[in-house]
Amino acid sequence: MKWENWVGLLGLALISVGHYQGLFVAPPEAMMGDVGRILYAHVPTAWVALVVYLVAFVAAVGSLGSGKRGWDALVESAVEVGVVLNLLLLFQGAVWAKPTWGVFWTWDPRLTTTAIMAVSFIGVLVLRAMLNRPAQRAVASAVYTIFAFVSVPVVYFSVKWWKTLHQPFSSPETVDSPMVTPLRVAAFGMLFLAVFLMARRWRLAYAKLSREDEAPDLPPAAAAIRLEGGGA
Amino acid sequence: MIPTRPGLVRQIVAVIHKDLLVEWRGQARLLAMGTYAVTLLLLFSFAVGPDTKTLQQHAAGYVWLALLSASTMTLTQSFRVETEAGALEALLMLPVDHRAIYFGKALANTALLVVLACLVMPVAAVLFDLSAAEGLYWLLPPIVLGAAGLAGPGTLYAALTARVAAQQLMLPLLLFPLIVPALVAAVKSTSLVLQGDPMGQMSSWLIVLASFDLIFWSLSGLLFAKVVEE
Repeated sequence: MKWENWVGLLGLALISVGHYQGLFVAPPEAMMGDVGRILYAHVPTAWVALVVYLVAFVAAVGSLGSGKRGWDALVESAVEVGVVLNLLLLFQGAVWAKPTWGVFWTWDPRLTTTAIMAVSFIGVLVLRAMLNRPAQRAVASAVYTIFAFVSVPVVYFSVKWWKTLHQPFSSPETVDSPMVTPLRVAAFGMLFLAVFLMARRWRLAYAKLSREDEAPDLPPAAAAIRLEGGGA
Repeated sequence: MIPTRPGLVRQIVAVIHKDLLVEWRGQARLLAMGTYAVTLLLLFSFAVGPDTKTLQQHAAGYVWLALLSASTMTLTQSFRVETEAGALEALLMLPVDHRAIYFGKALANTALLVVLACLVMPVAAVLFDLSAAEGLYWLLPPIVLGAAGLAGPGTLYAALTARVAAQQLMLPLLLFPLIVPALVAAVKSTSLVLQGDPMGQMSSWLIVLASFDLIFWSLSGLLFAKVVEE
């Protein structure tokens, strides 16, 4: 079995344990009661989404510097996994906000930044889909990934000045001890799951990019046909 | 004698001159963009309703959204003329620093947006019954810094999407999420000039705008060479 599958299984196990503890063992949150239990899913998603975007940023710098397709494949896989986590984060946030704040959405800096982050990185995926020449696509998506990543703190601070409402960041220091363990366990579970998904997606992207490189003069679909011997 | 290569500043000035000359010879385009922005202002009023008070309060937002919308046209145009007949390749073959091409084009685009803002502002003033509470000259810093905020990353993205068939769609899709901080700061500071600034917040918003410009102009200048070489 490939290494990432073990990581994925471990992640799944940790998430199950973390959420079992979070849902049934840990005490209800003091202010929010049982609604607060979404913390065990929401906070790990947020942490891991940022970590995955950081991976995408590093990969983009690597891709731009070296021009190697391994880095380019990592940009594709990390951005895609990041976008999935990002959308999940927004969904969880809305589900939690309704009973807590009484609305699905509010113009809080962190929410707004998260939404802008989602559309920015979706932009990377759209851009990749629109460009056919491998070298051009690699450079364009790396440049745009760097911009999207750098803009996250800038957006955050500008919106924070614009309006503010969200509670301070949750970290093990701000959370009571019976809640720390399930939170940590769930966070590591999420991280391992993300690593598993990125690794799988990286293999797929790498295989596809290698194909294109073998037949650079043809558009991707035609190249695939030629290599498989299905064409004329 | 071998002619020496002109310095970076002179190269930048040459690129600005070239871009503005192209724009000047096609004045109809600038006029069309101005008309487009003014039409948007009218549409905003229709969408919101004829309540003068509300319109007045939101005027800065409408003006900047109209400029933002029109700016995607200027930006796509600035690279469309380059991709036609391989002009960009010819430009890249000249002994010109690639940074000069970026900064030249970005400054030319900034200048165009400032001109556009100067066309749109008076119309907005008439439509929404605006007056510059803090003095008319105070409008200049938000307009110039805001225009630079749109043109800086916008020029890079226009280069990035120049060869994409759906550039008209891709450019705003990529650019709009990024320039949110510039939009917020430009609208706020413009609004403070129009509505009055009793709390003295103007300078902090201008600093936000200037920092945004600084970060993204440097980053774009750094990455532009990579983008056009491909």
